[in-house]
Amino acid sequence: MPRMNLSHFEASFLFALFASVVLGIVTKKTDRDRLRYGAYVFGCFLLALFGIGWLMRLGHG
Amino acid sequence: MAKQKAEKQPMPPLGVWAPAVALGWLVPGGGHFLLKRNGRGLLLLLSITSMFLFGLMMRGAMFQPQSGPDPLTSLINYGGFIGNLASGALYLLTVWLGYSQPDAAGHVHDYGTKFLVTAGLLNILAMVDAFEIAAGRKS
Repeated sequence: MPRMNLSHFEASFLFALFASVVLGIVTKKTDRDRLRYGAYVFGCFLLALFGIGWLMRLGHG
Repeated sequence: MAKQKAEKQPMPPLGVWAPAVALGWLVPGGGHFLLKRNGRGLLLLLSITSMFLFGLMMRGAMFQPQSGPDPLTSLINYGGFIGNLASGALYLLTVWLGYSQPDAAGHVHDYGTKFLVTAGLLNILAMVDAFEIAAGRKS
């Protein structure tokens, strides 16, 4: 098994992607709703990623 | 208040949902394949397996069901073990093939550990979805 070194952003992006796909599939009842909800959750993940990232950046000065 | 409360649905017979849930535990998305939801099953298989494999490649640690010096450590150990175990065949194969990564410092290991546990937790969601489809509560 190859060893992998990912940055915080890369790891968080992959986490958001996989989690969004599963949450989209299991939560809604039609394919259209699944796609929309998956995209929404992914957007929320990224927003939190950048938002909290900037908060930490500003907090540390 | 009482009107808004959803009526409790009767539990379907074990034979209706157990095979889908069991196969869903063993192979991520397997329950969906059994119920002929191949597209959704494939997406679940790819997502959950990828998350687990990325966790392994980042050398994440597996949890052991053991008590710690305080209740919080015990909760983390047992909860993490359940999360790992929920990945089904992925977890069993990994352990049988001798994967052993001690908990180490560093963000990559830490992400790897979280990926491994989250893959199992997402598989639990997929199993619940398979149950609802098998029980006729969802298409």
